[in-house]
Amino acid sequence: MIQAGLETKNELTPPLWLLAELTYRCPLQCPYCSNPLEIAKYQNELTTEDWIRVMQQARKMGATQLGFSGGEPLVRPDLETLIQEARRLGYYTNLITSGVGMDEARVKRFKEAGLDHIQISFQASDEELNNFLGGTKTFQHKKEMARIVKEYEYPMVLNIVIHRKNIDQIRDILEMTVELNADYVELASTQYYGWSRVNVDQLLPTREQLANAEIVAKEYQEKMKGKSRIIYVIPDYFENRPKPCMNGWGSIFLTIAPDGTALPCHEAGQLPIEFPNVKDFSIADIWHDSPGFNHFRGFGWMKEPCRSCDEKEKDFGGCRCQAFMMTGDAANADPVCDKSAHHQALLEDIARIAELAEQESHHKVGEKPLVFRNMKNSKKITKEAEKTVTV
Amino acid sequence: MNISPSDIPEVAPTFRVQWEAVQNCYVVLYPEGMVKLSTSAGEIMKRVDGQTAVDAIIKDLETAFLEDDLESDVIKFLEVAYDTGWIRNKK
Ligand code: SF4
Ligand code: SF4
Repeated sequence: MIQAGLETKNELTPPLWLLAELTYRCPLQCPYCSNPLEIAKYQNELTTEDWIRVMQQARKMGATQLGFSGGEPLVRPDLETLIQEARRLGYYTNLITSGVGMDEARVKRFKEAGLDHIQISFQASDEELNNFLGGTKTFQHKKEMARIVKEYEYPMVLNIVIHRKNIDQIRDILEMTVELNADYVELASTQYYGWSRVNVDQLLPTREQLANAEIVAKEYQEKMKGKSRIIYVIPDYFENRPKPCMNGWGSIFLTIAPDGTALPCHEAGQLPIEFPNVKDFSIADIWHDSPGFNHFRGFGWMKEPCRSCDEKEKDFGGCRCQAFMMTGDAANADPVCDKSAHHQALLEDIARIAELAEQESHHKVGEKPLVFRNMKNSKKITKEAEKTVTV
Repeated sequence: MNISPSDIPEVAPTFRVQWEAVQNCYVVLYPEGMVKLSTSAGEIMKRVDGQTAVDAIIKDLETAFLEDDLESDVIKFLEVAYDTGWIRNKK
């Protein structure tokens, strides 16, 4: 009896984390952006009323953390209204922003509306690289915004996405976060989804770069103890076991895309699975009953080697999107796992990119241009993808 | 952290303590995270209001739970809460 129970569904927990991707519009064009390549297809954004209904329903089920993200959430003029309602409902409200589109007056309004926390992302610690990577001139403005955020007594998280182009500056980056008085620092290694996957050849760091960066990160973690929490995560491509992705499919995370599509994680839209829309269903229906959210719950869907693996309750077989991207089947083990038959191919790919990086650094080959994340490139990529499908 | 009976603790501005009906417990919320409090920890944290001194919090708990030796437990928990930054002394 108990055995059978384990094989079917785990006890269903409520969603704790609601990620509201308010829009995919963004003034920046980061080539490592994890938004889907099809951003141009999401013109039909949810209305203020839609979002309020979603927040109410998820809160009633027990969600406590709410992230406003995007794209750039500041693009939405109703952000203040949404924050106010979210706070009234009892959410801990997080604004995840590039800082572009923010000014002191708006920070003040957010405070009055009850916003709990602001996370600002930087592309790099020096102006030129920051502006290059973001595709616009924003560096000084971001620094100014970070100062204002502290002035208004927000806990401030500075998020810097780390990759081959900026990883060697990690010391300068950390110095900058010290100077700006960050409460938390997330040195977030690029995760290779969406746009960063397209640019992986130019972005994936080498093993040596990672080893050096880790030493510096550790040094600052020690030094800043009690003042600032520094979180450094290496890209999982270099691990032998996958991350417990989303803490298990449909177990605590709920992402709503700008058009209202409900997803178990913000990358899941790329999977060949149908996901429900909040315009058609309530959050409770979506969470409990939709085929999309039940698809990879529990362990019954697993194939070998995960099915008979004694670590499956620890990592749930890793990331479904990574399995899909690298093996063509989302039910396979995440190739990051060295028990996966596809792990070898991943290692070879890393070696190929390391070789490329080596040649680049000796100027034997020209650097491949980065594909910037913008609507024009999105339309182009989507069109090309459709062509290949119809052939 | 050395706690004196006259200290008046308050929840630090980067944290929030609230009752969660669905979880059936008090929780501490912070950027992108949440800690569920045990019943006793919740009872202590809900009395941390920036007005009540440590000795008064202890007395109040002892009255509420009909106990007379809670002091060391309460102090132990408050030390952890100070160290993790959940609470600070009201200035
Ligand atoms: S990663 Fe860059 S381009 Fe993507 S949403 Fe964030 S700021 Fe905009
Ligand atoms: S085989 Fe599957 S369950 Fe086992 S460690 Fe690897 S990914 Fe995790």
